Amino acid sequence: MAQRAIREFEGKRVMHDDWSRHFGQFQYSFEAASVASGDELRTLATDGDHDWLNQSPLVVKPDMIFGKRGLNDLVLYKINDPGDVKLDDAVRWIDDQRARTTTLLGGQSGILSRFIVEPFVAHDSAAEYYLAAVMADGADILSMSAQGGVTIEDDWDQVRQIEIPVFVRDDELADMITVAVPDGIPDRDRFALFATDFYRFFRDQHFSYLEINPFYLDGEQVYLLDLVAKVDDTAGFLMDKRWGPLYYPTPFGMKAPGPEEKQIKAMDEKSGASLKLTILNPQGRVWTLVAGGGASVVYADTIADLIGVEELANYGEYSGNPSKQETRIYTETLLDLMTRSPDPQGREKLLIIGGAIANFTDVARTFTGIIQAFRKYHEKMKAVGVRIYVRRGGPNYEVGLRNIQKAGNELGLPIEVHGPETHMTDIVRMALNAT
Amino acid sequence: MSTKQKSDAADKIPFPSRGSSPFGRDTQAIFWNNHQTAIQRMLDYDTLIGRDLPSVAAIVSPTGSSRFGKFFFGTSEILIPIYKCTSHAVAEQGHADVLLNFASFRRAYRITSEVLEIPGIRTIMITAEGIPERHARALKIRARELDKLLIGPSTVGAITPGSFKIANIGGTIENIIASKLHRAGSCGLVTRSGGLFNELAHTIALNADGISEGVAIGGDRFAGSGFLEHMLRMQDNPAVKYLLMLGEVGGSEEYRVIEAMQDGRISKPVIGWCVGTIAAHFSTGVQFGHAGASASNDREMASTKNEAMRAAGIRVPRSFNDLPEIIKGVYSELHAEGVIDDIAEPVITPLPEDCQTALNSGRVRKGTHFTCTISDDRGDEATYAGYPISSVATPDTGFGIGDVITLLWFRQRYPKWASEFLETVIKTVADHGPAVSGAHNARVTARAGKDVISSLVTGLLTIGPRFGGAIDGAAQYFKLGAEKGLGAEDFIDYMAEQGVMIPGIGHRIKSIRNPDLRVKGLKQYAENHFPVTRLLDYALEVERQTTRKKDNLILNVDGAVGVLMVDMWRGLGYSEEEIDHFIDSGTLNAFFVLGRSIGFIGHILDEKRLNMPMYRHPFNDILYDVSVVRDERQDH
Repeated sequence: MAQRAIREFEGKRVMHDDWSRHFGQFQYSFEAASVASGDELRTLATDGDHDWLNQSPLVVKPDMIFGKRGLNDLVLYKINDPGDVKLDDAVRWIDDQRARTTTLLGGQSGILSRFIVEPFVAHDSAAEYYLAAVMADGADILSMSAQGGVTIEDDWDQVRQIEIPVFVRDDELADMITVAVPDGIPDRDRFALFATDFYRFFRDQHFSYLEINPFYLDGEQVYLLDLVAKVDDTAGFLMDKRWGPLYYPTPFGMKAPGPEEKQIKAMDEKSGASLKLTILNPQGRVWTLVAGGGASVVYADTIADLIGVEELANYGEYSGNPSKQETRIYTETLLDLMTRSPDPQGREKLLIIGGAIANFTDVARTFTGIIQAFRKYHEKMKAVGVRIYVRRGGPNYEVGLRNIQKAGNELGLPIEVHGPETHMTDIVRMALNAT
Repeated sequence: MSTKQKSDAADKIPFPSRGSSPFGRDTQAIFWNNHQTAIQRMLDYDTLIGRDLPSVAAIVSPTGSSRFGKFFFGTSEILIPIYKCTSHAVAEQGHADVLLNFASFRRAYRITSEVLEIPGIRTIMITAEGIPERHARALKIRARELDKLLIGPSTVGAITPGSFKIANIGGTIENIIASKLHRAGSCGLVTRSGGLFNELAHTIALNADGISEGVAIGGDRFAGSGFLEHMLRMQDNPAVKYLLMLGEVGGSEEYRVIEAMQDGRISKPVIGWCVGTIAAHFSTGVQFGHAGASASNDREMASTKNEAMRAAGIRVPRSFNDLPEIIKGVYSELHAEGVIDDIAEPVITPLPEDCQTALNSGRVRKGTHFTCTISDDRGDEATYAGYPISSVATPDTGFGIGDVITLLWFRQRYPKWASEFLETVIKTVADHGPAVSGAHNARVTARAGKDVISSLVTGLLTIGPRFGGAIDGAAQYFKLGAEKGLGAEDFIDYMAEQGVMIPGIGHRIKSIRNPDLRVKGLKQYAENHFPVTRLLDYALEVERQTTRKKDNLILNVDGAVGVLMVDMWRGLGYSEEEIDHFIDSGTLNAFFVLGRSIGFIGHILDEKRLNMPMYRHPFNDILYDVSVVRDERQDH
C-alpha cells in the first residue's frame, strides 16, 4: 500500500505543525477538534485549550475519509440560520448521528464514529477558492479556481490546471503559478504566493493528493474550510517527525480489520519479509496460503473465476523469504480462523497452499513453518474437514514438497502435492473437481 | 519493420535502441551491496552458459571492511574487488555499464540519483521495495532525460538467456535449466511481478521454446521503465518473435501498449493477461498484490483491461489457468509459418555443486576438524549444554553464574551447594589489592595507554607457579599425600625431601591467633554443606603440625580453595582419575583466572578513571650493579 487517505483533521494538523516552514507569510489558527462522541466534545470544551468551542458558532462534519459530505447532508452549520450552531447543538447532532446507520449516496453504509468540529467562519461565498495538487505520471498537477465549494465539479471549466515538472526550480515554479492564477481573484499576487506555498508543502511533505476546497483568504489570515488528503506512506521513514503520528482509517462502510489481521500486519511491519492477510468472508470455504504478491492475486482471480468469489474466505500472501517462525505464526493464524466452524452446508473446506516458482525464498524452510502449524492444528482441521492442495517451486522445493506430503500423511490430513510441472493455478481446478 | 515515431517523449525507447537486448555476453555489472548469494548465482549462471567474463565486475559496500570478495567461478575461485564508493568502482571498472542497486529502501533513492549522473553507467536496476513514490517518479524521469534504462524499483530484474542475468531472477540453477533460461528462445516476456516472471518463463519453456529476453518491471506505481518501452525494444529485436505481457489491475501501462499496437509500432503477436480480476468484486479498501495494483477507476480494472486488450488483437486467455494453451497456440502458429525455427539444445556445462548443498542433500559426507560438546549456536537460540541462553540468563530462571559455569565447564548443572561454593571461590579470589604482581602489571600497562584487553592480559600472564598457582599445587600435593597414606608429619618430611614448599600453607600476616577470615568462611561453608571434607581434614592435620613450628604456617586461602575443590568433586561423585584430570588440565587455576580477572579489570578501569601518566620506575628503587664487561673482539 502506498497512497493512504488521512482524515481532514490530521491533514490540517500536519499543515499547521509545518506552517512556519512553508507558509511563513500567512497565518492559520488551527482551531479544530476531532472527537468520537458528544461527551468527548463536551470534555474538550472544558479543558481550557478549546475555549472557542463555547464562544464561536460551530461547524460539525463526519471525518471518515469520504467526500461529498455536503451533498450527503452531513454538515451541521445551522439550526435555523447559518452560524447559529452552539456546543449543545453539536453534541446532540453527533450523538444523533452515532445512534443510527448512515448510508451515503455512493451506497456505503455504516455508523459515523469520528467527527471534526470547527468554528463557523462567516465570509463572502464569492471569495471561496479552490486549490488541489496531485501526483501524476510525468508531473504534478496543480489545480486552482476562484470558484471553490461543493459545486467545483459543475464549475470545472473555471479550474486552471498547470503541470509542474518534477525538477522545477523555485523561481520557475513561482512564475508558472503566478501567470496561471485564475481570473476573478482580486489579490492575484497573494493568491499566487499562497498557491506556491501550498504546492511546495504538498511536494516536500510527500502528499499524493491534497485539496483545500473551499478556502478563504482574509489578508494574511487563511481559513481552510475543507481539506482532503492522501499521503504516500512509503515516505513514512522520512516524514516521521514532519507528519507526527498519522492514523490511516479504514474506508467508511468497510469492516474494520479483525485482531488476526492486525496481528499479521504488526508482524509484517517488523519483518523484512512481506506478510498480508485480509479476511473476505469468514464463512468462506476456500482458504488461501499463497506465496508472492503476484501469485496471490492470480489464485484469488482463479478461485473467483472457477469456484466463485463468495466461497473465497481470505486474501493474503507471504513472500520475501520469511523465517520459519513467521510462516508458522502466519499459518496458525489462518488455520485458527479456518477451523472455527464447519462449512454451513457441511462440505469439505479447501486449503490452497500455492505459489509460483520462487526466485529466492527457501521453500523447504517456509514449509517447515507450515508443517509446524499443521502439527498444532491437525485435530481441528480434521474436525471441520480440511482438504489441502499444494503447488510450489523454487529453491529447495523438492525437500519442501516431500516434507509437507509426509506430514499430511502422518497427521491424517488429505493432501495433494504438486511441483512446478503442474501449472500454477491448476490445483484450483483440481480442488473444484474433487468436490 | 516500420516504427512510427510518436512525438510523446514518454514513449521514447531508452537505451539500448539498437534492436537488441540491453545485455550481451560481455555485459558486466557493478553490484551495490555485498549480496553474496545473489552474486554467486550470477556467476553460476555465467558458468552454466559458458561465459568467459564474470558478469559481476565489482561490488560496492560502503560499510564493508574487505577489499575483495571471494566467489566461485566455475570450479575455481575468483576475487571481485569491493569498493566503498560507487564512483570509484565505476572509474576503475570502466567496462561495467550496469549497476545493480541492492541497497535498502532507505538508501536506494540517493544511490540511484548519484549513479544516474555517472556517464559510464547506462542501465540501473533497483530491487528495494517501499521507495517513496515521489522519489521513484523522479528517478524514472531523470533516467529518461539521460537516455538511461532504469529497471524497478521493487523488482527481481531482467534476464537475457544465454547472455546475462540479474541477481536472483530465474531462481535456482535447476529451475533455470528447467525453464530453458540458459539459452535464447523466441518470446519477449514482460511482467510486473518477479515470482510470476519465473512462473511464466517456466510455462513458456514447457509450451514453447523459452524466452529471448525478459524483464520484470516491478510492482510499484512508478516503474523506472514500463511495459511499452521494453516491448518497443523487443519489437525491434529480431530475435524476439512474439511478446507476452502479464499486467496487473491499476495504472494504464497496458493501454499504452494497446495504442502502440493500434498505430503499428508493435506488429509482432502479443499475448496478454492482466491479473487482479478479483478486485472487481470488492468496492474499495482491499489491496490485492503490489503497491501499484489498485484501480482508481473502471478503466484500470483488470477485466476492463483484458477486454480492451482482446479488442486490440492481443491474445487474451479466458483465465490465467488457460494461459499455457494460448502460448502453445501462438508458438505453434509461428513455428508452422517458419517464423520460429527449431532450437538445437546446447550442451549444458555441469555446474559444480557447493559442498554445503551436497552435504544438506546427503549426497556427500565430510569429516570435521573440530568437536564441540558444550554449546551450540546453530538453532533458533544458542544453548549452553542444551539450555537456551534465555532459560538461564534472567534471575527468574533460578540460574546463577555458578550454574552457568558448571554447564559450560563441566557439562552439568551442579547442585546448589556446589554452584554456590564455586561462586564463593570466585568472590573470594576476585581481588587482592594493587600490589600483587598481576594487578601491578595490569596497572602499569593501563598507564602506558593500552586498552583493557592488553592490560588484562599482562595481568593474567603473571599467573603461574608463583602467583596464584598455589591452588593447583595445594590440590595436587595434599591429594598425593593423602593417597600415599602419609601422616601429617610424614607429608611434611616428604615435601622437604622433594625440596618443595607446601603449596597453600603460610601467610604473610595471618596466624593461628589472627586467623584468615576468608579461610574460616570457606571451611565453615564446607562443613555445613559438603557431603565430604576428607582432603580438608587432611590439610588441617598438616596445618596443626606446621603451625607448631611457626604460627603463621596456616592453611591459606589458596590451600583451602584447592583442597575444597577436590572435596567438592568427591562429593559430586567424580572418580579420583577424573579429579586428577581436572587438576592436570588447569581447572583450579581457571577459577583463579576467572575470579581475579574481575579485580584486574577493576584496577585497569581505576587507572583509566584516574588518568595517571605513564609509570616509570624510580632510579632509587633499583639497584644498579653494572660494570664494563670485557670486549671479546678487542682481546683478539
